[in-house]
Amino acid sequence: MTSKPERLVIVGNGMAPGRMLEHLFEAAPGAFEVTIFNAEPRVNYDRIMLSPVLSGEKNYDDIIIHGDDWYARHGVTLHRGQKVVAIDRATRTVTSEGGVTAEYDKLVIATGSNPFIIPVPGNMLPGVLAYRDLDDVDQMLAATRAGGRAVVIGGGLLGLEAAAGLKAQGMEVTVVHLMPTLMERQLDPAAGYLLQKALEDRGIEVRCGANTKAILGHDRVTGVELADGSVLDCSLVVMAVGIRPNVALAQAAGLEVGRGIVVDAGMRTSDPNIWSVGECAEVGGQVYGLVAPLYEMARVAAGHLAGPSDAAFRHSETPTKLKVTGINLYSVGDFAEGPDREEIVLRDARRGLYKRVILRDDRIIGAVLYGETDDGGWFNELMKKGEDISDMRDTLIFGQAHQGGGSFDPVAAVAALPDDAEICGCNGICKGQITGAIKDRGLTTLDEVRAHTKASASCGTCTGLVENLMAAVLGDAFAAGAVKPMCGCTTLPHGDVRRLIKAKELKTIPAVMQELEWSTSGGCAKCRPALNYYLLSDWPGEYVDDGQSRYINERVHANIQKDGTYSVVPRMWGGMTTADELRAIADVTDKYAIPAVKVTGGQRIDLLGVRKEDLPGVWEDLGKAGFVSGHAYSKGLRTVKTCVGSTWCRFGTQDSTGLGIKLEKFLWGSWTPAKVKFAVSGCPRNCAEATCKDVGVICVDSGYEIHFAGAAGLEIKGTAVLGHVKTEEEVIEVSAALMQMYREQGFYLERIYKWADRVGHDEVRRQVLHDVESRKRWFDRFVHSQKFAQVDPWSERVSGKDKHEFKPMFETVLEPAE
Amino acid sequence: MNAPIRPWTLIGTIDDIPAQGARCVKMGGMTIAVFRTADDRVFALEDKCPHKHGPLSQGIVHDGCVTCPLHNWVISLETGTAQGADEGRTETFPIRLEGRAIYLSLPR
Repeated sequence: MTSKPERLVIVGNGMAPGRMLEHLFEAAPGAFEVTIFNAEPRVNYDRIMLSPVLSGEKNYDDIIIHGDDWYARHGVTLHRGQKVVAIDRATRTVTSEGGVTAEYDKLVIATGSNPFIIPVPGNMLPGVLAYRDLDDVDQMLAATRAGGRAVVIGGGLLGLEAAAGLKAQGMEVTVVHLMPTLMERQLDPAAGYLLQKALEDRGIEVRCGANTKAILGHDRVTGVELADGSVLDCSLVVMAVGIRPNVALAQAAGLEVGRGIVVDAGMRTSDPNIWSVGECAEVGGQVYGLVAPLYEMARVAAGHLAGPSDAAFRHSETPTKLKVTGINLYSVGDFAEGPDREEIVLRDARRGLYKRVILRDDRIIGAVLYGETDDGGWFNELMKKGEDISDMRDTLIFGQAHQGGGSFDPVAAVAALPDDAEICGCNGICKGQITGAIKDRGLTTLDEVRAHTKASASCGTCTGLVENLMAAVLGDAFAAGAVKPMCGCTTLPHGDVRRLIKAKELKTIPAVMQELEWSTSGGCAKCRPALNYYLLSDWPGEYVDDGQSRYINERVHANIQKDGTYSVVPRMWGGMTTADELRAIADVTDKYAIPAVKVTGGQRIDLLGVRKEDLPGVWEDLGKAGFVSGHAYSKGLRTVKTCVGSTWCRFGTQDSTGLGIKLEKFLWGSWTPAKVKFAVSGCPRNCAEATCKDVGVICVDSGYEIHFAGAAGLEIKGTAVLGHVKTEEEVIEVSAALMQMYREQGFYLERIYKWADRVGHDEVRRQVLHDVESRKRWFDRFVHSQKFAQVDPWSERVSGKDKHEFKPMFETVLEPAE
Repeated sequence: MNAPIRPWTLIGTIDDIPAQGARCVKMGGMTIAVFRTADDRVFALEDKCPHKHGPLSQGIVHDGCVTCPLHNWVISLETGTAQGADEGRTETFPIRLEGRAIYLSLPR
């Protein structure tokens, strides 16, 4: 202990050094003579409360932490508006921009962070603001008085709070977010989707997956241009895309700097007389931006400044809450997916609830709550204590109030309900009505219960409840007849999922998973490709294909082989080719040293063993010869096989080759539930083998006999006759109508013959052939879908689409150095 | 605490990889698949399924796993082990994310 106080100089006057001083004055009163340099012309205020200031719920005076009297009481010299520009470690002095110098015995650097300004043209225009301090808020408030539209770039915590605040001040607001869902660092996609819906309900426009290309304007901001070419007119742009620790001063002073100013667990930098706290400090390899760890840093640093101390900064998970009035959201810990983790998910679509608790070894490691966040603290406590939750795992997700008592059995729970308890909200069906119908009418399947009582026949979200009730009444007799869910992520079968996508107008994969109460957060390799197809088929032109939910062949438009190479099949319309085309195939085979060339069963030529990185080059050369993708990989129209027909054959009755080409040109493009193969034979001798195809046409003197629902694969099945038509135009119209009916009703990976068996051959005949009005409706919808689907995927990729697919991200030929 | 020094190599940024996707790093005769999950974590595995050496980088990424495109084996991104009834393990490599930058510790 020295009798004379030590000189403590602090660079920065944010919340972390403020809290540090409080601890220090308490632990060692009078030990220090404190001088603070603040770049802002202010005292210490609560930056977390900037959002309520922006929205008008609070003002500056409400959020001051340390008023002038506090500084006076503790003898602190506060230099306001004095940004420190240099630290001289040899003489132990700091100097400010305004020329103020101060000597120190001990120095604390708390320079915080700088907002990240994205490097696009126009980012320095007047009207482009960050959201870090009170000056930013003052400028935003000034802008709101003029009205108009604000674009907030960044859909994280700060960006959304800024957006809500600006909206509350009467501006039109659009949030532009680079990632597919909001707050992706704190929320999983399901909660991100709910949040987006809640913001949109408040009139805030949200654009996810949107990349800012430029900020427009001459003297000040007039708009934002996105990478997709669209322009958002606006008078204010707020950038809230992230922060960077402000290390410039420390770096210039020669201190060790990584992402932040590197400190040990006692918050001391590489210079023993200098400490660092706050967003600028890097401790244990991490930098922090939330207040709880920053206050922990303050506590540790104060301990060491006050005297010898063993205080050490320890990482702990900090819960995140969004401060937007009326939106309840809480996340804490690690909620990433992983094979060693289990998750318990509770979704209640009607009440807009989503709760997810992530477990590892029967211990909570993370939680995401949306809609109802009262149990956040309880989950956080269990997580911090590392408590084994196996005894309460069945009821854990329902929260603290539901603990105690025996384990939760959903069948017993529904059995215990009174007879007048409502089971199906849509149709107002009570438990007693359902149990009565089951007993009186001897119902044994869910479909029968739906047919007789209407329970779970509308939105379907009470299906699980109805099934539990059936299990309670029927016992083991019920389980045998249960429908097969589409995958382990849901209890719903394909049919229900397709029906509900339309009924509830679900237009994204996260929307389906939330509204239909998926039990996993992100689906699996079974349901994602199916959902992607259903959404593409049901919302043509609206839904954006999710490549990552597709099997590799459909993502790279070639067929993967056992050695990881690909095969390439160009389209040969109706199986016809020319000398020039064959020459181009020969050339490309030589140029890319393609090891094998084979004629396929569908009358195409298959180039086998193409290396993935060569695919764009192969396509480019084939494209120059007029070839497009043959879709040999697609769940869509693959081939129309033909015979030579009346053009050459002495038995031919019609131009089967010409009709095959017309059909192929009309029908290629749109995705279907499973692959589709066509054939056209010129006479009943059937050289094109049309009677084992999904759709086959047999030409006869009087016209065309259309067949359908054949297969020659795992199962061999001859076609059934659909009907007879007189003209080529009718063949095309009926075929297109059939394709569309199958597209809208088929289950993913279900071939036409299985679908037709399921819905009934007569029903298909009626809708696509005999009922001309119905045929026309299917046909029109098919034509509409084709508008978005008839794009050659090869030429798109030659022009650069998905180019990341075909190149390694990094290549090294160097021997790794020691 | 100082971490032991490893030969970390900057291989690119997380933005180079589509979410729920993968890119390859080629090193001599070996290919390493670098995966990015929906929640922006990254993993590095040898691009070889333990079953029939299928290229895992071409699979569908879900739940911290990748499904091999050849025969639908499901491999954990974190440990490289086959899930479910299948048995086998693919080699994993240390990888870390600093901001958006991805560093890979390449095998010697």
